[in-house]
Amino acid sequence: MAADIAGERRAPWVLLSPSLATVGLLLIIPMLFIVVYSFWLRTATGADQVGFYLDNWIEVLGDRFYRDILFQTFAIAFYTTVICAFIGYIPAYFVANTPMKSKAFLLLMLMLPFWISYIIRTMSWINILGTSGALNTLFLSIGIIDEPIQMLYNQTTVVLGLVHYLLPFMILNVYVSLDGIDKNLTEAAQSLGCTGWQAFREVTLPLSMPGLAAGSLLCFVLAAGTYITPIVLGGPRDAMFANLVFEAIVTQLNWPLGSALSLVLLALLGVLVVIYTRYLGVDQIAKSFK
Amino acid sequence: MADTENAVELQNVVKRYGEFTAVKRIDLTVPDNSFVTFLGPSGCGKTTTLRMIAGLTDITEGDLLIRGKRVNSLPIHKRNLGLVFQNYALFPHKSIFDNIAFGLKYRKTSKSDIRDKVNRALDLVQLPNVAERYPNQLSGGQQQRIALARAIVIEPDVLLLDEPLSALDANLREEMRVELKRIQRELGIATVFVTHDQSEALAMSDKLVVMNNGFVEQEGAPQDVYNNPASAFVADFLGHSNIIAGALGGPDAAFTNVNLQSGETLLTTDEQTAKANGSKDVRAVIRAEKIGLSEQDGSGDGVISIPGKIKTVDYLGQQARYFVEANGRDWQVINPIDARPHQEGADIFMHIAARNCVLLPGHQD
Repeated sequence: MAADIAGERRAPWVLLSPSLATVGLLLIIPMLFIVVYSFWLRTATGADQVGFYLDNWIEVLGDRFYRDILFQTFAIAFYTTVICAFIGYIPAYFVANTPMKSKAFLLLMLMLPFWISYIIRTMSWINILGTSGALNTLFLSIGIIDEPIQMLYNQTTVVLGLVHYLLPFMILNVYVSLDGIDKNLTEAAQSLGCTGWQAFREVTLPLSMPGLAAGSLLCFVLAAGTYITPIVLGGPRDAMFANLVFEAIVTQLNWPLGSALSLVLLALLGVLVVIYTRYLGVDQIAKSFK
Repeated sequence: MADTENAVELQNVVKRYGEFTAVKRIDLTVPDNSFVTFLGPSGCGKTTTLRMIAGLTDITEGDLLIRGKRVNSLPIHKRNLGLVFQNYALFPHKSIFDNIAFGLKYRKTSKSDIRDKVNRALDLVQLPNVAERYPNQLSGGQQQRIALARAIVIEPDVLLLDEPLSALDANLREEMRVELKRIQRELGIATVFVTHDQSEALAMSDKLVVMNNGFVEQEGAPQDVYNNPASAFVADFLGHSNIIAGALGGPDAAFTNVNLQSGETLLTTDEQTAKANGSKDVRAVIRAEKIGLSEQDGSGDGVISIPGKIKTVDYLGQQARYFVEANGRDWQVINPIDARPHQEGADIFMHIAARNCVLLPGHQD
């Protein structure tokens, strides 16, 4: 009897073990390495001094330089998210309201960009906005401008590149929640006296908030952790926080400092996710669907 | 033209989807204060017709009048209709109070009026204490009551019900059926009810409209439609009928002979023979529950008894359904059970009274 109960208690853990092992080996253990690294010290000779030093943490948390870049990173991620939310909602709404047959095709079109490398997609903007790119060539040929304008390598192009990269994520998330809304609800609202637009504001928009919230969170986190877009489309002063991590680890081979930097970003994004789910009531809204 | 006696009037209404014609020329009225049911199998056009009245679907041809006014192109939000869906369609993110108050809010009703009206509607559907709750905290039956309250609180010109009871389980459905009818009577509101459930349709309607294939097969009071089906489809769809081709024979006392193709001769009344339109070809419709069964021959006085053998017995509780074989043909008979049902294999007489032999013209469809 007792053995049975023990076995029953163990069963879920046995069933979970493959995923627990995967998460543990590929996520938690490497992360612990990073935590340990962040307390080591890089000496002037370039060797890592094993031990418990707070030097990296004091530098990362105390230096204004890092704080400014962190702020800039979050600002860029925020703009990107807001823009994605606004321009992603429309195609999502459109796809959700197309007949079943064409829906599959439209969703496939949404996935299409993922088949091309993100770096290639980012670099394609150089051919469009560069000094000898498509836009400048066009403007020169029709005589709007006399010499090429410098459109690339600033914060705007970084946001542009990020929106280009992240828009499908937003569209898919919003689409899923829009698709789950019962069409009868808008019809009921209209029968009670709402115009189409009022029915959208009263019913569709609030009920699609979980998708919009999930898509926004995803966009924000992915944007805040990016380092390729600022390298390709940003100027020298448009570095984002992940670029610092890249710089420290790949260029300077300073693993301890890079570890501390990456943990700062991780912690901040983690806190954001917790606040988001707690206080923006994503769970609460999701409950209303049951 | 404006006929204020009718809440809704459909004049030659047609609905086409591309090549497909969902509703083929319907002429119909929903009188004031009455309960009208569209009954038919799925795909018969009943829901399309309801959606056209609601303004959720465009009308291809014909005119739709609500309270005597042509409303073909009036958008749904200006029609002042109460709409109740099969799946309730309550707003999940709004409290019960806000759900019911929704329509009033768009009618510029004052806050205190809204509170009074919502409370009265909640009383009417007998759920006075749920205003603060959310739809997902109520049972299916309660949600449907709220959906009804939300539809009637705006005092609509017409109440449109799209299979509102189909999602409920059997006992609840009957309770809601009584409830719905009570509320409709109390408010005296013209109601269009769409269903594929014949017992709902028969029990609730003032006027029954049987639809099939985009046409109205028959309309009338439930009793008239049930007792005097105008087509084989109606006879078959409402209840269980034996439909047998035959020919009108000579008169027999107060009745007329009907010679069935299967060999038997039945009697029918003059009222029925008039329906043959002068032709000899007819089809006899005999309802399964209008055939009496007993072991004795009961012929005479307008009753014909046909001998047969019971092939199968379905025990249904209060009644039993028999298939009786006579002259190589299976007759369906439904009888109340007296003590215990007749046994399989028993020799039996089927008694058919002349007034229960309803005629249809022969071979029309």
